[in-house]
Amino acid sequence: MCYLLAAAGDLAQTQILIRESGCSVAVQAAKHRRVSSAARVTLNDGRGGAWGDRTFQAVTFTFAAIILLLIVTIFVVLFVDARVALAKEGLRFVTGQVWNPTEGVFGALPYIYGTIFTSLIGLVIATPIAVGAALFIVEYAPAWLRAPVSFVVELLAVIPSVIYGFWGIAVLAPFLRDRLERPLKAALGDVPGLNQLVQGPARGRDMLVAGVILAIMILPTIMSVAREVISTVPGTQREGMLALGATKWEMIRGAVLPYARAGIVGAAILGLGRAIGETMAVTMLIGNSSTKISWSLLTPGYTMASAIANQFADANNSLHFSAIIGVAVILLFVTGAVNLVARLIVSRFGGDTRATGI
Amino acid sequence: MINGPFSGEANGLNGAGATFPQVLYSKWFDEYAKVTNVKVNYQGTGSGAGKNAIRDQTVDFAGSDSPMSDAELEAAKAKCGETIQHIPTTLGAIVVAYNLPNVSQKLKLDGDVIAKIFMEQVKKWNDPAIAALNPGVTLPNEEIITVHRSDSSGTTDNFTSYLNLVSPAWAAGPKSGSTVQWPGGIGANGNPGVASEVKNNPYAIGYVELAFAKQNSLAYADVKNKEGQFVTASAASVTAAGQAFAPTAPADLRFKLVNAPGAQSYPITAITWILVCPKQTDQAKAVALTRMLWWATHSGQQFNEALDYAPLPPAIVVRAEGFINAITVNGQKAFPGK
Repeated sequence: MCYLLAAAGDLAQTQILIRESGCSVAVQAAKHRRVSSAARVTLNDGRGGAWGDRTFQAVTFTFAAIILLLIVTIFVVLFVDARVALAKEGLRFVTGQVWNPTEGVFGALPYIYGTIFTSLIGLVIATPIAVGAALFIVEYAPAWLRAPVSFVVELLAVIPSVIYGFWGIAVLAPFLRDRLERPLKAALGDVPGLNQLVQGPARGRDMLVAGVILAIMILPTIMSVAREVISTVPGTQREGMLALGATKWEMIRGAVLPYARAGIVGAAILGLGRAIGETMAVTMLIGNSSTKISWSLLTPGYTMASAIANQFADANNSLHFSAIIGVAVILLFVTGAVNLVARLIVSRFGGDTRATGI
Repeated sequence: MINGPFSGEANGLNGAGATFPQVLYSKWFDEYAKVTNVKVNYQGTGSGAGKNAIRDQTVDFAGSDSPMSDAELEAAKAKCGETIQHIPTTLGAIVVAYNLPNVSQKLKLDGDVIAKIFMEQVKKWNDPAIAALNPGVTLPNEEIITVHRSDSSGTTDNFTSYLNLVSPAWAAGPKSGSTVQWPGGIGANGNPGVASEVKNNPYAIGYVELAFAKQNSLAYADVKNKEGQFVTASAASVTAAGQAFAPTAPADLRFKLVNAPGAQSYPITAITWILVCPKQTDQAKAVALTRMLWWATHSGQQFNEALDYAPLPPAIVVRAEGFINAITVNGQKAFPGK
């Protein structure tokens, strides 16, 4: 809509308006041609005119509408297909602990719990590492090292999920089973209370292993957002602290982290969003068992995503199928809500969401 | 006798389903391509997915070792137009395979103890219940890792049907079916998935078709049968179980072979079927399909024993012939007779 503004008044005022509306290219064009009231013609370059613009507007609108329509379709289809199971089970669908397709009982609580439990394990492990790495890149790393370190960490994000799963089975799971789970059992097995965390044999197919693989997978997400947020901390803040005689760590603690805190929380929640929806690697490592909820890190289980992936092809009656779609609806809501919260936090406190890449 | 190509038959068939007979089917379809140039593509997706695929007619045939229920047969009529037929192809043993480092003797188990292990009531390998059946074997003081199927499985259906028969606790708990509510343990996809989880995890135990235990060099227990004998799973002990049940097989051949009578019978035996729609519409495919089924139930049987499956009892083969002859394409008999 730049041309309307340009046509409205003199060039100087128009430029300001244009700049505010983000049409910087148009401003340059207007300057070069030294036109004011004729800006409309110039900006349209004399060809196409209003007709071309309207066409372009229609085309872009169509594309935007397609995306919107896709989302609406997904929601509608999921709800329609899930209706049977949700109507039959009612609230028990999210509070029931028994998921037995043979008997037609569907309580998805263990799946919801599995999703939350593994995601939180992932988050607890990944956040400190990611924030530490981000601080190193922004505050400590020499300029020549910044790009390579960021690149390598972000490379983690492009590794396909199934490769993480395979590596998990071949390397991570046996390692964790023998070097972490067995010692953990030995150490905590007789401690009242804490022994609840290590019930069951060390299998290498459980919540803990799935959580660790999730931690690795969400590391680049959290790190890159945290890095952007930390680098938006104004230099004057840092200089102020340093001028007061602060050490580098005091400067980070006193000036950088408080300023970036909300953004880092947002980054973590964004990582959580990714962890909740992750499917392939988790399916390969979580042990795929509809066992009841347990506090034990060593319980094999299901996340919502892995349950859907595993049972979708098998669903041999409409109720089971509908119940799986019901899990998908819950998953969609949870991931949607988590992403929304992350965006709100980052955009409100962390500044510009475009700069943070989300 | 089928010993060459047949003009006008399709040069490819697609099937999917049970992983239980997959080792045998791979061999069969490899041999069959040499004989007839017909390429049969079979995907081991699990019996549950196989039954869905034949219901939706997305495959030419499905594999399953869990018979379709009456409700499933009814649902499948929509696309097929007729009742799906269960054509038996082979018998096999479901073995209880385990991974016990440093234990070289073969373990002995009975149905009750197997049920307790999978219900996680017997939690350790040196539990008195296991030790009582295995005098002289030094069992480790380690927790048992159970492995079961995560997909809808005919192997699970037969295994749990057996436990249901022999263990009142199991019958009151998880019951039987293609999927059951397992009290715990690792879930793995397909017979190959269970075999590899058992292989990768010391102190694990799982149930797989005999061929998968052999292929993965897994140890498997001798199981106490109905007559109180501990029997090793083999083509011979499966054949014994099959012969015990063959005379009482129902008309549609939807039956189970678990807990067979007879001193030589292995108790956790299963029959597996190829499921087909008897009302075909594609002439070339129908000819190829019926010829393949005829070959599988006749010449194909010679490959069974080498792969630790048991050939079909002759009485069952005769019944299968009747099913194959009854398959029609556009109202005409589909099988060309050779």
